[in-house]
Amino acid sequence: MKERLEALRVEALQELQQVDNPQQLNDLRVKYLGKKGALTEILRGMGGLSAEERPVIGQVGNEVRAAIEGVIDEKQNAFLAAETENRLRAETIDVTLPGKALPTGAVHPLNKVAQEIEDVFVGLGYSIAEGPEVETDYFNFEALNLPKNHPARDMQDSFYITEDILMRTHTSPVQVRTMQQMNGKPIKVICPGKVYRRDDDDATHSFMFNQIEGLVVGPNIRMSDLKGTLLQFVQQMYGEQAQIRLRPSFFPFTEPSAEVDVTCVQCGGHGCRMCKQTGWLEILGCGMVHPRVLEMGGYDPKEVSGFAFGMGVERIALLKYGIDDIRHFYTNDQRFLSQFARM
Amino acid sequence: MKVSYQWLNEYIDLTGYTGEELAEKMTRGGIEIDGVESLNKGVSGVVVGYVKSREKHPDADKLSVCKIDVGTGEELQIVCGAKNVDAGQKVPVAMIGAKLPGDFAIKRAKLRGVESQGMICSAKELGINDKLLPKEQQEGILVLPESTPVGTPIGEVLGINDEVLELDLTPNRSDCLSMLGVAYEIGALTGREVRVPEPAVNHAADRADSHIAVSISAKEQCSHYSARYIKGVKIGTSPQWLQNRLIAAGIRPISNVVDVTNFVMLEYGQPLHAFDADALATGRIDVRLASQGETIVTLDGQERTLEPHMLVITDGEKPVALAGVMGGANSEVNDNTVNILLESAKFDGGTVRKTSRQLGLRSESSVRFEKEVDPARVIPALNRAAALIAELADGLVTEGIVEVVAAEAKPAVVEVTLDKINGYLGTELSRLEVQTIFDRLHFGYRLSEENNLFSVTVPTRRGDITRDVDLIEEVARLFGYDNIPTTPIHGDVTPGALTKPQAIRRELRRRLTDSGLHEVITYSFTGPARTNLFPDLTGKDLKPVKLAMPMSEERSVLRTTLIAQLIETATYNRNRKNESSAIFEIGSVFHTEEEQLTRLPQEKQRLAVLLTGNRVDAQWNRKAVAVDFYDAKGVLETVVDVLGLSAKVRFESAQPANFHPGRTAAVIVDTAHGPQTIGFVGQLHPTLQHESDLADTYVVEIELGVLYDLANSDIEYKALPRYPAMQRDIAVVLDQAVPAARLTDVAWAIAGELLESVRVFDVFTGEKLGAGKKSVAVSLVYRHADRTLTDEEVTELHGKVVAELEQSFEAELRK
Repeated sequence: MKERLEALRVEALQELQQVDNPQQLNDLRVKYLGKKGALTEILRGMGGLSAEERPVIGQVGNEVRAAIEGVIDEKQNAFLAAETENRLRAETIDVTLPGKALPTGAVHPLNKVAQEIEDVFVGLGYSIAEGPEVETDYFNFEALNLPKNHPARDMQDSFYITEDILMRTHTSPVQVRTMQQMNGKPIKVICPGKVYRRDDDDATHSFMFNQIEGLVVGPNIRMSDLKGTLLQFVQQMYGEQAQIRLRPSFFPFTEPSAEVDVTCVQCGGHGCRMCKQTGWLEILGCGMVHPRVLEMGGYDPKEVSGFAFGMGVERIALLKYGIDDIRHFYTNDQRFLSQFARM
Repeated sequence: MKVSYQWLNEYIDLTGYTGEELAEKMTRGGIEIDGVESLNKGVSGVVVGYVKSREKHPDADKLSVCKIDVGTGEELQIVCGAKNVDAGQKVPVAMIGAKLPGDFAIKRAKLRGVESQGMICSAKELGINDKLLPKEQQEGILVLPESTPVGTPIGEVLGINDEVLELDLTPNRSDCLSMLGVAYEIGALTGREVRVPEPAVNHAADRADSHIAVSISAKEQCSHYSARYIKGVKIGTSPQWLQNRLIAAGIRPISNVVDVTNFVMLEYGQPLHAFDADALATGRIDVRLASQGETIVTLDGQERTLEPHMLVITDGEKPVALAGVMGGANSEVNDNTVNILLESAKFDGGTVRKTSRQLGLRSESSVRFEKEVDPARVIPALNRAAALIAELADGLVTEGIVEVVAAEAKPAVVEVTLDKINGYLGTELSRLEVQTIFDRLHFGYRLSEENNLFSVTVPTRRGDITRDVDLIEEVARLFGYDNIPTTPIHGDVTPGALTKPQAIRRELRRRLTDSGLHEVITYSFTGPARTNLFPDLTGKDLKPVKLAMPMSEERSVLRTTLIAQLIETATYNRNRKNESSAIFEIGSVFHTEEEQLTRLPQEKQRLAVLLTGNRVDAQWNRKAVAVDFYDAKGVLETVVDVLGLSAKVRFESAQPANFHPGRTAAVIVDTAHGPQTIGFVGQLHPTLQHESDLADTYVVEIELGVLYDLANSDIEYKALPRYPAMQRDIAVVLDQAVPAARLTDVAWAIAGELLESVRVFDVFTGEKLGAGKKSVAVSLVYRHADRTLTDEEVTELHGKVVAELEQSFEAELRK
């Protein structure tokens, strides 16, 4: 019996040497180690052995089983490894092909810039006030110290609907409305919105554009506070190194009035084409609220004072992004819009 | 206003300032200088020459050979092509080595075999704006007055060694529309003294009032009218210096008398007018309002029909000038004029402006009157001009000024305290610093020592200063805006925040752009055709708002819908090969119930979305997916969900005009006042798509106002379920016309609280189902919050749902 077992081992191992696929391996496992396999067949004859022989033969039988199993496992692992390798090779893809991008749209650049400006002022404790785009002559002009015969009130410069109703030419009427609502209480607001002026459209002019104005009214508001506020604003918008420069100017609704230049965003003040070598860019108009305007808003200029400022969102966006033509903002070419999808 | 540096230097010492430096100083002081232009465009080596002889070129018909004396002792031979060159003339000669504008160097040359030692120049070749010269001077060489000394450098003769400052004046600073005004401004900025001319008028024997008389019938419109009578003038060209001054200021020299009136206008800011006194019907000038339909031919040769608000100067019979705007052709000074009536007056600014605008006639004169001239300069300017006419046109000035003063002008007295100045500006100026500023401005003042109150007498030339804040501005700008400190606002800290609508708009922008849509901003003005496209989005009995004077038909009406504008944008993009669009706009539309506005129209904020072309473009690993109705609806559902309004919004099939009748839904919101349609989602009508050159296009437009009110951002947390759910799927075959939403409504109604969700997961039609039928598969999930449902109770409940579906819709359960 021992000889039969040894012969089986030699035969099995020889045959296993020849195996080259998993199916064959499995067949041999069944053939030698299965319930009806050769090994079982031989060991079944153990019943006829003496008590002394049985453990010896049993020992040999186990050795033979272990040897065959060892080779089978080895083979099995080799097949698995080869199979895995084949699979990985087969699954290899071109990682340079483009992925499936998430959809990305863009907030309109004018609103993007306006939101940025709004955020700065909200951070400084301002509320945002809004008002109608179609306004009465009273709110748009009269209450802002531009009486009926004022030179700045030419029919040719504004879009009138009737003699008394027109498209607002600035967001200042919202300031007047705010004053009337606040009824003598201190004010700190900004007023963003669309405004309309008769202008032939070209690269730098648009008959419709966006403004953001600010108004602060309260006891002891000083021109130095206006300067402080504007400096804070430009430094948050353009960085700590940005400076402002005020030049005396004229607006009917403020006195004193000023135009505000900011350090050129392009060259940092050294002089370049954008700032016409001056190092400065004009971005704002401002001033101390004219006493007539305070009076018409229901405030007593002896008790309170205020400042106001205003800027064109288009101009700020043009400068910020280096856009060459204001009309792009309103033709909405997707090749233009999609450039503003970045954070 | 163009200001010659050299001329200005006559009124105030400019030593130490270049033109550029002066410009910078003025700009920082509040008078913006647009530019500084050098009048010498690169001329050197050009002198005055005398043409001794001119002969025809032997070999060229159009050329002349001239012998020229340039004062060097040596005679130059110069070949010249100008027709007007002639012996006896004084002309500008560019000698060998001279430079002309454009870096053009003059060299020795031979023209058709004849040597030429230089060039005789035209005005243009010298870089002079020859539009301001008489025609004969434009066409050929520049012929100089006979008295011009030979050999003088041409720069001295033509006054081009000068710079011109271009002032961009704000409306309040019309005082700087005069050389003297600018001199006062520079005096204030530098502290230097201003030199005011002191004209000496030498009178002839007889009196002016024996020749002329003046009356003012329109006293409201003319507060002061003064005139002088000057006899025996000889009209001719002005001396070169006077012409140079006018040309530098951009005014065309005409004749000595007219040039003097323009010169004095530039000097004093007071427009003057000279009438040919012999052309006046009577010697009696009356200033009155025009009568309706009266006409006058102005100096530019145009006949003007007048209206009763226009002010005219009459000669006792007819209008001879449009007061302050332009003289009449009938009394124009001409070559034969001998006696003149010289006018200096103050006309009302508003009257002049209205006339000038209405007639489309602006002049140097009207520009100044419009902004109110200084009443204190009416007489000095008249005297200055009379003295100059006497000097330059040999006129005899008769004795006396004939004038009527209808209203005396008094300087304003304005008070301000030192405390107010410092409190307003945030400065710490001393009394002395403020005094110095007022002194430099030549403002007189009384100072009350105990409360530091300044009572300032403002000269009439500064009519813009009427209140304390105007004085504060003067102090601020002369102190320097740069020197005002920067301070934080003192007082309570205020919280800043967005309002609910502002926050909602931002959220919508964020969600929609995150979903791949681009935000657009379209014009609020559109054409009438576009406002008629979607009447169902305008609302019953509401009309568009029209502009009174639109720039074009295309931009003549306020938009009534946003999608009409988005269609325009999509078409624009499609024409530029951007075939797919996914865009939205948040903005106002305008409606009114009135035929003619008497109050503000309704402004409604809306959201509109437009999708066309592909939702997903083809890529190597996926096929293109065209947008469909459910993309548009999905966008809207997301918006509604974000606003917490899913339960309050439903969609119902609708057929608004210009939408696809089978692919459009009304968006209905349950409000406190009942259901309200806030807009539509749907496909554009194929005809409109075709007209707009668009592929299948889906749009949304809804009113945001209602959503602002109802939006609920409160998040109510619900504990996660602790007991299992049971899912039952069914498919029913029913009539195609039955909306799927009706099925889910029934499920909710029957199953009630135990139903957690209903989802339609399949819909199809096919021959097997029969014509007009469809199969709808629905997945229902049942769950109880506090216990595990039994199979029996779910089976029973589900059975009821199925039974109700079968009964209500004649639905057939598919097995």
